[in-house]
Amino acid sequence: MTELSNRTKRPLLEVDHLHTSFHTFDGVVKAVNDVSFAMNTRETLGIVGESGSGKSVTALSIMRLLKSPPARIEKGRILFDSIDLLEISMSRMRDIRGNRISMIFQEPMTSLNPLFSVGNQMSEMFVRHQGLTRREAWNRSVEMLEKVQIPSPGKRAREFPHHMSGGMRQRVMIAMALACDPEILIADEPTTALDVTIQAQVVDLMMKLRKDYGAAILMITHDLGVIAEIARRVIVMYAGQVVEEADVISIFEEPRHPYTRSLLKSIPKLGDASTHGRKRLQEIKGIVPSLADLPAGCHFYPRCPHADPICRQGEIALEEPAVGHRVRCIRHAGL
Amino acid sequence: MFAFIIRRILQFIPTVIGISFIMFVLLNVLPGSAALMTGGKEILSPEIVKKLEKKWGLDKPFHVRYLNYMVGLAKGDLGTSFIRGDKVRDIIGNRLWPTLKLAVAALAIACFIGIPLGFYSAVKQGTWVDTVTMVGAVSGVSMPQFWSALLLMYLFSVVLRWLPTFGYGNGDLKNLILPAVTLGIGYMALLARTTRAAVVEVLSQDYIRTAHAKGLSVLFINGKHVFRNTMVLILTTIGMQFGSLMGETVVVETVFSWPGIGSLMVDSIFLRDTPVTQGCIMLIIFVFMSVNLSVDILYSVVDPRIRYD
Amino acid sequence: MSFSWKNIKRRTNLLIGSALVMFVAGMAVFAPLLAPYHPTEDANILYSEEPPCEQFWFGTDIQGRDILSRVIYGSRISLSVGLFTQFMNSVIGIFMGLMAGYFGKWIDDLIMSITNILLSIPTLVFALAVMALMGPGLINVFIALGVTNWSYTCRLTRSQVLSAKRLNYVMAARALGYGKFRIMFNQILPNIMGPILVISTLGVAGAILLEAALSFLGLGVQPPTPSWGGMLAGAREKLFTAPWISIYPGMAIFLTVLGLNLFGDGLRDLLDPHITQQK
Repeated sequence: MTELSNRTKRPLLEVDHLHTSFHTFDGVVKAVNDVSFAMNTRETLGIVGESGSGKSVTALSIMRLLKSPPARIEKGRILFDSIDLLEISMSRMRDIRGNRISMIFQEPMTSLNPLFSVGNQMSEMFVRHQGLTRREAWNRSVEMLEKVQIPSPGKRAREFPHHMSGGMRQRVMIAMALACDPEILIADEPTTALDVTIQAQVVDLMMKLRKDYGAAILMITHDLGVIAEIARRVIVMYAGQVVEEADVISIFEEPRHPYTRSLLKSIPKLGDASTHGRKRLQEIKGIVPSLADLPAGCHFYPRCPHADPICRQGEIALEEPAVGHRVRCIRHAGL
Repeated sequence: MFAFIIRRILQFIPTVIGISFIMFVLLNVLPGSAALMTGGKEILSPEIVKKLEKKWGLDKPFHVRYLNYMVGLAKGDLGTSFIRGDKVRDIIGNRLWPTLKLAVAALAIACFIGIPLGFYSAVKQGTWVDTVTMVGAVSGVSMPQFWSALLLMYLFSVVLRWLPTFGYGNGDLKNLILPAVTLGIGYMALLARTTRAAVVEVLSQDYIRTAHAKGLSVLFINGKHVFRNTMVLILTTIGMQFGSLMGETVVVETVFSWPGIGSLMVDSIFLRDTPVTQGCIMLIIFVFMSVNLSVDILYSVVDPRIRYD
Repeated sequence: MSFSWKNIKRRTNLLIGSALVMFVAGMAVFAPLLAPYHPTEDANILYSEEPPCEQFWFGTDIQGRDILSRVIYGSRISLSVGLFTQFMNSVIGIFMGLMAGYFGKWIDDLIMSITNILLSIPTLVFALAVMALMGPGLINVFIALGVTNWSYTCRLTRSQVLSAKRLNYVMAARALGYGKFRIMFNQILPNIMGPILVISTLGVAGAILLEAALSFLGLGVQPPTPSWGGMLAGAREKLFTAPWISIYPGMAIFLTVLGLNLFGDGLRDLLDPHITQQK
């Protein structure tokens, strides 16, 4: 633990020029195309984007959970606590998974094995990473269920997933993810599949647990509301690339990328003209381009309200017009 | 749980009645037909036919005979053989053990080889082991049993002289090997295919991804999560297809001159000994249904989602 | 590289399957042109049990008939039994399944209990019972196999109908006031033909195996009509002296059934979006 001071200086997680693609019958799909970002200890970083923007694939690449074939991490480094996760052996990776980096998924209904009790599935974590006996692990699991505010946890632990509601199962997933006190918790759309009221509860729970456990959270979502509530810094992804990165206030107050702007205009605001039926909510015209056949130059070009022929000439670089504010648009200054 | 088992057994009864009715109608559609139509018709004089009909109760109307049969069935009485005059129950009783031995041996071969093979090829998808196993499996389900029997006999008895060609011997193991393998091949191939498909299906489930995200080892995930979930699917196939295995004993027993229910059934069909044929059929179906019932009960043990109410 | 291999492999079962089936079908259609001898009349006791040679490629049987010619003609029996009985089973099964799925209620209960009972009787045992009643012969084989094996088709159709009923196109047709039978046969049926075609292909393979088994037991097609199963009936006794009698007819059954199974598997892979999409 002598390098503790060392560690605080360097980011906890550094994704460096990550390229992940899927090799399918229809060709190579570049799901993640040169993505770089960093994340500090205890930080909450949000990744926003539509489905197909590569945000989940980025998360799964960090966990090395993509099935290969068809997926392949072509290039890049993922440095976690000075370890390149892409270089280490699978068995070392498995020591990290669930223990130092854990992940929860979008589908609470199917993410738990239907044939084993919830307590059984939670106990696996303690037995695997902390070497506890089954009985100790079970007791710890019951404690964890209590921490995620599940009533009568002792009884609930003996129940099977199909006895529980979606929100309850997502709490179980969170409890399981936090069981080994990880340094990073990756949450891939944890609230998307839930009812609105339950969504708020789950977000509140995660914010509370973040304080208690001190894990850095990588929150992946398409819900800007969730981002506004939980994240400090936000990365906006589009068609496999980072198009903008800034702290959460800058993103909402002065978005620089046309895509981020359209995204913000497409959500209704309370008290705004659109919620009173006087103004139409703005939609982003067109659809996300096929990742197997991306337009040249700026990937957002076909849908961009400020498109200019110059946008199609060559790759667009990520610029940093203000400290900590990165944007991938050559015309951002003039907009 | 207990109530569930009782209820499943009670559901069993109407099906048994339905089947026995269909079979009884099939084999007794023409009054007195079965026994007297072919073999006997020129030799036996009308008086003797009459006497025999009376003796066997064939002169009574259909519904009376069916009722008598069902009452007998309920008491475990399957009637009396036309040809030998013995109780069908006793004739079948002598043949039961060889058939069970054969079926269990074939089932064991199929399960202990077919399931691991299917599992292995699913985990090693796309490798040469997978390819070879799957080509072997589709060939296995395409082989007629009597042909595999002849090929095995030729290889192991005629060429290599390791095993007896056919017959029961004194119930020796060496007599059992060829028939059991013959009967097991198709079932084994089928189980390998089903297992592979089931494992591939389970591997693509979200909860398996969760298990990996938890840092569990591949061995642990396969041994616990994949295996348990796959068993649910495999058990269904074992139960559903046990019927064809029972049906195939007829062919295998005949080609190996194995003194079981299947060969008894074929013999009795040729002899037009309807009570025996009927008894054999009912027994085969009963065994099949009992296996299905056990599978259902096992199912409820494996899968907590099955509701008992 | 590995992907293209996967790609090829997926198509190969379909390719090999259809090649085998076409080959057997060609044999059946052109039997008189292909067979060097007449399957039944060219029996010469002088040539009894000749091993395979230039004159008789597959050897001769006990009565001195050319096995090759009998195998070629045997394809006619196997294919006609397979196709015809599966056709009957499909028609019965689809009709019953449509009824059960579309009307539900007591009709569904009744049909489902019938299939429940039928599924409890092993097909071969059922066929044997029918043969026991009617006696051996080709026509009786048609009947025995044609009416006993429709439960799977019925259940498949029913489940497909149940899920199709909830889909938009059926809802739309109902809203337009189309009649029940029109919806069933014109709207639902064409949309569920894929899986039914797969199960029917596999059903033809099953029926060919059943006919072969019945004939092998002496309860199916009767000699001297050349049936592959029947040709193997006395083969065991000749295993020591004339093993070729056992080999070729069995090989013909095996390859035909294998072809149909491969074809059915390939068809299923093609129709199943799960498998075709990935990799």
